[in-house]
Amino acid sequence: MDTKTASPEKEFFFTATEPEFRTQEMLLNMGPSHPAMHGIVKIAVKLQGELVVDADIEIGYLHRAFEKSCEACTWNQAIIYTDRLNYVSPIINNVGYCMAVEKLLGVEIPPRGQYIRTLLCEVSRVADHLTCVAAAAMELGAMTVFLYMMKGREYLYELLEDFCGARVTTTAVRVGGQPADLPEGWTEKLTRAIKEVRVILKECHALLTCNRIFYDRVRGTGVMKADDAMNWGFTGPCLRAAGVDYDVRKYFPYLVYDQVDWAIPVGTQGDNYDRYLVRMEEMEQSCRILEQCAKKIPNGPHSVQDKRIMLPDKKDTYGNIEGLMNHFKLIMHGHGIRVPVGEAYQAVEAGNGELGFYVVSYPIEGEEKDGCASRPWKARCRPPCFHFVAALPDMIKGDMVADVIPTFGSINMIGGELDR
Amino acid sequence: MTTEELLEILKAKFPGLAFELAATKPDSAIRVPAEKIGEVAAFLRDEPTLRFDMLMCLSAVDRKGSFEVVYHIFSMTNGHRSVLKVFVPTEKPQVPTVGHIWRTAEWHEREAFDLMGVEFVGHPDLRRILLPDDWEGHPLRKDYKTAEEYQGLRTAYDNLNDTPDLAWELP
Repeated sequence: MDTKTASPEKEFFFTATEPEFRTQEMLLNMGPSHPAMHGIVKIAVKLQGELVVDADIEIGYLHRAFEKSCEACTWNQAIIYTDRLNYVSPIINNVGYCMAVEKLLGVEIPPRGQYIRTLLCEVSRVADHLTCVAAAAMELGAMTVFLYMMKGREYLYELLEDFCGARVTTTAVRVGGQPADLPEGWTEKLTRAIKEVRVILKECHALLTCNRIFYDRVRGTGVMKADDAMNWGFTGPCLRAAGVDYDVRKYFPYLVYDQVDWAIPVGTQGDNYDRYLVRMEEMEQSCRILEQCAKKIPNGPHSVQDKRIMLPDKKDTYGNIEGLMNHFKLIMHGHGIRVPVGEAYQAVEAGNGELGFYVVSYPIEGEEKDGCASRPWKARCRPPCFHFVAALPDMIKGDMVADVIPTFGSINMIGGELDR
Repeated sequence: MTTEELLEILKAKFPGLAFELAATKPDSAIRVPAEKIGEVAAFLRDEPTLRFDMLMCLSAVDRKGSFEVVYHIFSMTNGHRSVLKVFVPTEKPQVPTVGHIWRTAEWHEREAFDLMGVEFVGHPDLRRILLPDDWEGHPLRKDYKTAEEYQGLRTAYDNLNDTPDLAWELP
């Protein structure tokens, strides 16, 4: 066809037989508000056809000044802000922060308290992984898996609700111990919940693991090899999927993880499928930890017996003058826990990986007394998914635009801890 | 590996540099001269007996009069942790970037720049990350004052009676 005689409208339509196929790069904004962007985050992808050639990520839409708020409140008040970091497994955040402050104080909580914390952490971890796998599977069309897993999460959230009265904003841990002991019949309820979760895991394995559609979508996409993953600071299931067996619970045992028998699952390829498998196996391992802890939990106090750190029981607060004074000395403005000057970094294994709290106690002008501070000078949180999102452009480059969704789902970005 | 042992290794490797032990409790740290942090970090990562192959956390702390950039490093190969510190004056807070050594530092440095205003020399893309681009000031500094307005909206209300629209309704 002679191009000179072609009408201008004709030029607009291309046919496959034409030798010159005019293409150009296209910029596509996914988000900030997009059904597949968990929370609010913007991914600007540069596309060549359907191929992702470059990506830029914009975060910060959920920034709530976590650190600045912590600097303005007392040591125990800051726990409430840590609930809002990873809101799917908030108790692990509570435990991480409180352990950092306890490290500064130099106290260790009694064995029963440690067992209670381990139980709560593992229940939260299973809930976290269930949510992640469920959401990632739903975005690939597996609605049944989503509903099954949400059902499983309900059993676990009920346990947390029994313990502290809340499902998401738990604040279930205090500096120096727990506010309460496990309620009556909690471990029996836990046994039932584990049984239900195991049934759900079996069902979801049957629905997903050998499912041709699911396998083809997730195998070989979003690859992050071990060397690069370490360079990017990956931890948790995303690093273990690449074949590195780093788990804070094994490398730097805290609570009672060294007293129970469990294993670290690792993958080989570092792709979305391996991340899915690692999470599924980790839930099984968490169930094993839960069973053993429920059997081994000792009797005794659940908090440190130090009146300068822990609040008295409510019956003492309302029943006698000493308890009431003790309560006021810890709650009233200008009083509260006094933490010696220093700094500590405490890492715990959260659902997504290493959750670190770098807490600094430093004399504050006008409030200092005996080299102790009543407020955190700094409470820095090292969020695990910050590193994954930073590396996301590398993971989606070279993949199709449709692969962005499973990759983004499998890194389990949580807006609350990403933007803080 | 304790901080003291690592300090001896560094002193032997870089004889001309003034390393110091920051003996804070319970975590101690090694104070590194700001302009040499890149070289020290590269040595720590590549030396086979040390192999600090991961940067776990990078934070900036306002110590009133100086800023402190804190590097929490971790060796996956040998399973040990350590802490490095760099002090810079508040007036001219400049630290060389370590983003080419641990790539994850790029976003951490952007965050430290955004919230604390520490400038990382040699960073490829040093812009705000958590706050909007038109934000003024660096909120985590201890002398930070909240701006009166942001994009035409008042930000601080000390007293509900101060609000012009509601004042007539309240007694």
